[in-house]
Amino acid sequence: MPYLGSEDAVRELRRALSNPNVQSDQLRYRNTVLKAIRAMSQGVDVSDLFSEMVKACATVDIVQKKLVYVFLCSYATLNPELSLLVINTLRKDCQDPNPMVRSLALRNMTNLRLPSLVEYVEQPLAAGLRDRAACVRRVAVLGWAKLHNLQPDAEIDAAVVNELYGLLRDPDPVVMVNCLRALEEILKKEGGVAINKPITHHLLNRLKESDVWGQCEVLRILQRYHPQSEDELFDILSLLDASLVSPHPPVMAATLGLFLGLCSGLPAVSLAALERVRGPLLAACGSTSRETRFTALCHIQLLLRSLPGLMGAHYKRFFCGYAEPAYIKQRKMQVLVELVNDENVAMLLDELKGYCTDVNPETAQAAISAIGRIGRSYSDRCLEILTGLLGLKQEHITSAVVQTMCDLVWVCPQCSDTVCSALEGCEEMLQDSQGRQALLWLLAAYGERVSSAPYTLEGFIDRVRSEASLGVKMELLTTTMRLFLCRPSETQDMLGRLLHYCIEEEMDMCVRDQALLYYRLLHCGIEETHKVLHGQRSDPSLGVLIGRPAEPINQWAYSFNTLEPLRQAGVETEPASRGSPEHVTFDPKPNTDLSDTLNCSQIEKVNLAGSDGASGFTCSSAKVLAPLSLSLSPALSPEEFEHLWMQRHAEQGAEKLEEEEEDYVCLEERIQFPAIPPCSPQSLQAAMQLVNIQTLAFTPPHTLPWRVYLYTHTHHAHYGSTLVIGELLYIGEASRRVAAVKKGMEDGDVVEGEQEAGLSGRALVRKDGREEEVEVTLKQQPRDDNALKGFLSILTTVLHTLSSESS
Amino acid sequence: MISQVFILSSQGDHLIYKDFRGEAGSDVVSVFYEKVTALTGDQPPVVMSHGDLHFVHVRQGGLYWVATTTSPGSSPFTIIEFLNRFSALVKDYCGSLSEKSVQMNFALIYELLDEVVDYGYIQTTSSDVLKNFIQTEAVSSKPFSLFDLSNVGFFGAETQQSKVAPSSAASRPIQSSRESEIFLDVIERMSVVIGSKGVVLKADVEGEVRVKCFMPSCSEMRIGLNEEFSIGKSQLRGYGAAVRVDECRFHQNVHLDEFHSNRVLRLCPSQGEQTVMQYQLSDDLPSAPPFRLFPTIERDSGGRLLMYLKLRCDLPSKRFVVISALSQELSSPDQSAELKLQNRAIDWKIPRFIGGTQLSALFKLEVSGLSPSSLMEVGPVVLVFELPQLTVSGLQIRFLRLSPVQPAPSQRWIRYVTHSDSYILRL
Repeated sequence: MPYLGSEDAVRELRRALSNPNVQSDQLRYRNTVLKAIRAMSQGVDVSDLFSEMVKACATVDIVQKKLVYVFLCSYATLNPELSLLVINTLRKDCQDPNPMVRSLALRNMTNLRLPSLVEYVEQPLAAGLRDRAACVRRVAVLGWAKLHNLQPDAEIDAAVVNELYGLLRDPDPVVMVNCLRALEEILKKEGGVAINKPITHHLLNRLKESDVWGQCEVLRILQRYHPQSEDELFDILSLLDASLVSPHPPVMAATLGLFLGLCSGLPAVSLAALERVRGPLLAACGSTSRETRFTALCHIQLLLRSLPGLMGAHYKRFFCGYAEPAYIKQRKMQVLVELVNDENVAMLLDELKGYCTDVNPETAQAAISAIGRIGRSYSDRCLEILTGLLGLKQEHITSAVVQTMCDLVWVCPQCSDTVCSALEGCEEMLQDSQGRQALLWLLAAYGERVSSAPYTLEGFIDRVRSEASLGVKMELLTTTMRLFLCRPSETQDMLGRLLHYCIEEEMDMCVRDQALLYYRLLHCGIEETHKVLHGQRSDPSLGVLIGRPAEPINQWAYSFNTLEPLRQAGVETEPASRGSPEHVTFDPKPNTDLSDTLNCSQIEKVNLAGSDGASGFTCSSAKVLAPLSLSLSPALSPEEFEHLWMQRHAEQGAEKLEEEEEDYVCLEERIQFPAIPPCSPQSLQAAMQLVNIQTLAFTPPHTLPWRVYLYTHTHHAHYGSTLVIGELLYIGEASRRVAAVKKGMEDGDVVEGEQEAGLSGRALVRKDGREEEVEVTLKQQPRDDNALKGFLSILTTVLHTLSSESS
Repeated sequence: MISQVFILSSQGDHLIYKDFRGEAGSDVVSVFYEKVTALTGDQPPVVMSHGDLHFVHVRQGGLYWVATTTSPGSSPFTIIEFLNRFSALVKDYCGSLSEKSVQMNFALIYELLDEVVDYGYIQTTSSDVLKNFIQTEAVSSKPFSLFDLSNVGFFGAETQQSKVAPSSAASRPIQSSRESEIFLDVIERMSVVIGSKGVVLKADVEGEVRVKCFMPSCSEMRIGLNEEFSIGKSQLRGYGAAVRVDECRFHQNVHLDEFHSNRVLRLCPSQGEQTVMQYQLSDDLPSAPPFRLFPTIERDSGGRLLMYLKLRCDLPSKRFVVISALSQELSSPDQSAELKLQNRAIDWKIPRFIGGTQLSALFKLEVSGLSPSSLMEVGPVVLVFELPQLTVSGLQIRFLRLSPVQPAPSQRWIRYVTHSDSYILRL
């Protein structure tokens, strides 16, 4: 931005610079140069002074020299011809007895960034590599990298490269590190500097001599090294152990990055390394610098993806400070959500509740949605807080609460009653479109249970003309349609008005099309409309278990210690809450020992020794399935699972006709499992996870029929891998009898009969002490009978172990 | 790999701009400022990107310190630590960090940058190395005057006055000082959450021992900590009241050979400021938190909100504390209170608070549409304070000795201070 009168200022400066009186007085000369640089850094274009500055360069005053160089490097590209004049002075300075002058000249010679000057620069640079003073060698080494980038197509001088490799043995650690950096740039096309065993060990041995920055650079470059043997790997690891807990966060992060790279095949070692950095990372979270805190928080989020229990005991460290900026508070809340367990949930919710009334609306909304996410595991407590917040009658809070409830109900249908009763009277407080959309969605889903729903809708429809948000209009259409299906008498009139407005007056095409679609749908009859609008809903008694499986480290290791984790602020992956008790108290041992894939031969032994003759399967499978292993990756989301399951269910009819279809097999079995009723979902899930079977959904204990959905991937040495999805179903001895009774009865009072039979049935089980059985339905893709049998035997073992433990 | 480094004032004035690799033009400075100011909320995120260029910035002294890089694989820890270290260097050399001091010393800062970073690679940030290269003298915005040291006893005499180090004495350029002085500061930051029933929910202390050395060359220095100082839960030392911390980290130049036996740290401090030791203590504080609050909140008949706050300071008496309690008739004339509508907070300022005493305040608030649930919105009370000459953990410096071969007699200052990082009292 040119300042007013900048031309005058430049003219004035030029006159002063060329004034012989000024030039003879060193202090005045320096001050005039200083003024020129000041003008430059304020944004004035002082490039016209170039020739005067070139003259000012030839001085004995080092301060003035430095100032002139700052100027020359900024404007050299604009005046390539004049810059040629500087080269002479610079080359002369390269012979100066003072090493500081030599290094200064050399550095600025290469900073001019003029390809035309390369031929003059090469000779002093080559001499610089052999200079006595380390500071000159440092500059010369990087100078070669600068030269190379000036002419990237020029041939690489093998002699220089050799000399740079030789300088890796330089006594000065900065020269050594600069050599690595320069070689990395010069040899970029060949994949960077060669990292072989002698170089690696040389670098590692000299690591301690470097400062923090040098260490980080060396550790980063060593990531490319592949140790030749396991012994060598562990030697390197033990050498680096001290850096892993370094008080300097950059060194700690670089070391951990190297650890994760080296141990990509040894998950147990990587996990142990994550344990080690917990202390330093937590310390970085409490650093005085907010930015360091933020960076540490983002990386803790990464670590938690693989080790959910890592920070469990330290959840208080993630409580928000009062004066912290919003971006740190929001990250902390995301971490807190991950750390919830049975013991700290009350404390955590109390803390989060405090943030809900934060002055910053974004922080408040983040806190509310954090409570919502905890609500997936602890729905009652969270709903209590959320409904309490509605009482505040604050716009942004009400909106956030309604949106959160909307999300929560989707995952936990059992909350719907509380949500429905809380909805009354919310609509006046909702001003923003997202909040109103969420409210409409809730009314559509639970309209029959909210008594005031038609009145609320009426209000919306009356104001539809002034409605600005497209999303709200679309949602309004759908809601009115769905409410019409369950409460036709109350809504018929307003639906007519809404459709009329949307079709006749609405300008937006989307809304109009949607309205037309509904209008035509209604013409097809109420049955048809019902079919389209009321799709299949998930079983409300079936709560989805949110416990996300611990991800393998490799999934995020590539982004560790890069800018990526810090940038995801807006589009972060939704952290799921974990409520399972295995995270309650953090116990590092089992986690570190748990390898990613577990060979099931061990289990086989346990099985044979432990329970004899539990099932006919175990004996036969023992010989078949020696090299079978299970793993959890790639992970399957509940939605994908449901999709696969339903798909397979639908095909089942057709399946019977052509049973020999290759890619898919369905198997139904019964396994004796006496422990069902007392078995808690959490302990079952924990047991399953130990052998790498992921459980996805559960009915709550003590409900009938009792269902569990699970999946895993089998890896067979010879046949490749398959996906197995399965359902455990226990309808109870009682209901089975009922079914029989029901069949027999023609028109009796079924409900009553059911209850009676239920009671007697349960009593019978007790009396007989008969073992109960679960029905197992397994589906596999692609078909692999041996693997499936192997899986079934593992499953059987787990269930038996569990029942023997509980009894 | 750093592409450019620039410093912006909070108004967006370009103070310093240096391009190391020629990968992007100087127009990105304005792009950065637009991005920073366009965002709502109190603080923009640390990392922002513009095309291929990534901006990483920190805020120090009210200025934006920005580094740009083109490789997304750069370590954020390194860049942020570098920017912090660079600003600390500027502070050391210019005396203080402000827009004015940066503007006045731009030549010095360019010189520093030139030595610290070459071609985007960090060369060195050690002041021991840099002092050989830096030639420009710092321009101090406030001339150094003897009046600053008026409360220091002559010839370092141990007067009662001289036990208090001059607060501004440490903030001057390290080069300019002719005195050979060493400041040793023990700084602790408390973050405490006290529940509505007076139960301490969380109490953390982060502490550090900092040395600021004005001597151009300092030989060995020995710092003695309390002998009862212990790390971790299990091991307790001595017979007196134990001083315990959970974790402790030392600067890499600290020699710990005498630490295990005598709790003595040995180091050769370089010129400028450095953190010798950092420690933290969670949950298990040796003493009760220094302040307690007894609030009463009710609605009066006229629809007003009455808040009666009684604040008690449990420190040993005769200690003075500067407090400003944020969030909520005052008992003494030198206090003041102000309603800040923007933050929806009441700012209650207490210039001096004597240990063992109690202060109270009554606030009457007119709230439109007061409902029972409005009471839920009140709070928390946040205390912002500074406790001089006190460490919550009990850490004390037993002695600070310089090796006898010191060229000139030196002034040594030991200062203790405890800040509130976040002292929250729930209502």
